[in-house]
Amino acid sequence: MAFLTDRKRADGMGAAKTGTASFWWMTVSSVALLVLVPIFIFTAGPMIGKDYATVTAYFSRPFPAIVALLTFSVGLLHFKNGVTVLIEDYVQGLARKIWIIVMTCVSYAAIATIVFAIARIAL
Amino acid sequence: MVQLTLPKNSRITRGKVWPKPDGATNVRTFKVYRWNPDDGKTPQVDTYFVDLDTCGPMVLDALIKIKSEIDPTLTFRRSCREGICGSCAMNVDGINTLACIYGMDEVKGDVKIYPLPHMSVVKDLIPDLTHFYAQHASIMPWLETKTNRPAKEWLQSIDDRKKLDGLYECVMCACCSTSCPSYWWNGDRYLGPAALLHAYRWIVDSRDEATGERLDQLEDPFKLYRCHTIMNCTKTCPKGLNPAKSIASIKEMMVERSV
Repeated sequence: MAFLTDRKRADGMGAAKTGTASFWWMTVSSVALLVLVPIFIFTAGPMIGKDYATVTAYFSRPFPAIVALLTFSVGLLHFKNGVTVLIEDYVQGLARKIWIIVMTCVSYAAIATIVFAIARIAL
Repeated sequence: MVQLTLPKNSRITRGKVWPKPDGATNVRTFKVYRWNPDDGKTPQVDTYFVDLDTCGPMVLDALIKIKSEIDPTLTFRRSCREGICGSCAMNVDGINTLACIYGMDEVKGDVKIYPLPHMSVVKDLIPDLTHFYAQHASIMPWLETKTNRPAKEWLQSIDDRKKLDGLYECVMCACCSTSCPSYWWNGDRYLGPAALLHAYRWIVDSRDEATGERLDQLEDPFKLYRCHTIMNCTKTCPKGLNPAKSIASIKEMMVERSV
């Protein structure tokens, strides 16, 4: 154990001067999802059980395609920030950094896949 | 990774069952956590029987009676016996509270008493609050001013003074911080509800001139933003304060100055 004073331990390396942007973005994306998710359910819901041609034709229209794109991309960005907070809570040391990098990559890869899939149907 | 089970040397075993008081008819059972750093044993829970006919109504009354009449080795902090000093904070029947203002009648069945959770134990019911106090000191719990000191006093309007109500009453008992899961997992960096409530008490004080510096010191993913509004702090506060609201107000100010 190092001979540190209690105050030095409590102060650590000081404040990182970050966190508010992430907190604000989580709040904004939460509100956005509150609006987007019901719209997505009402637009995409009726397509459940329909045949492939009907579904692709439906999602080639601008409104359903844009709603689906926004819902998934905002949702996954929200997921990325949420899972980062989760990792910060429960994982420590080098593993914390590795997990944050992995989950960020997974989130962006999922967003890219969804953008590609919807663009392919819509365009 | 976060530790989900107690280390081997912290697992609790059954302790000594002390004899019942002779001739007593109104007896209550107390199960009390015991640990002595000097005997090399793991923690144990001792069972005591207290005659309620000769004991005060509060949990602390029973602990004092146990120490005075049954087992003088039982160790706990206490001082004012009226909820002002915050010394006798402990976990009674699963709730962090002040033993001096917690009535035995609020507990059903045996009264189980443990030290505040997730803190190093010094002995028996005494947690090590060194880091907790250092975190409190780090938020500069005093009036910071830049203007020259006035001839008589710093003035404050009645409305501005009212903003301190619900904040200044905190007695630093640590019930809130030690009930917070975020503080359990990241207490080394997260300041915890008590320190943040005190930070807000000085941020919102109309006489204080270091608002920006105070907010700068808190703007950190760990010092402040580990609070996930779990609200255990507010639920458990024996003084009826609302640390979660204070933390939310700090976050609101952070957003206000940056967006």
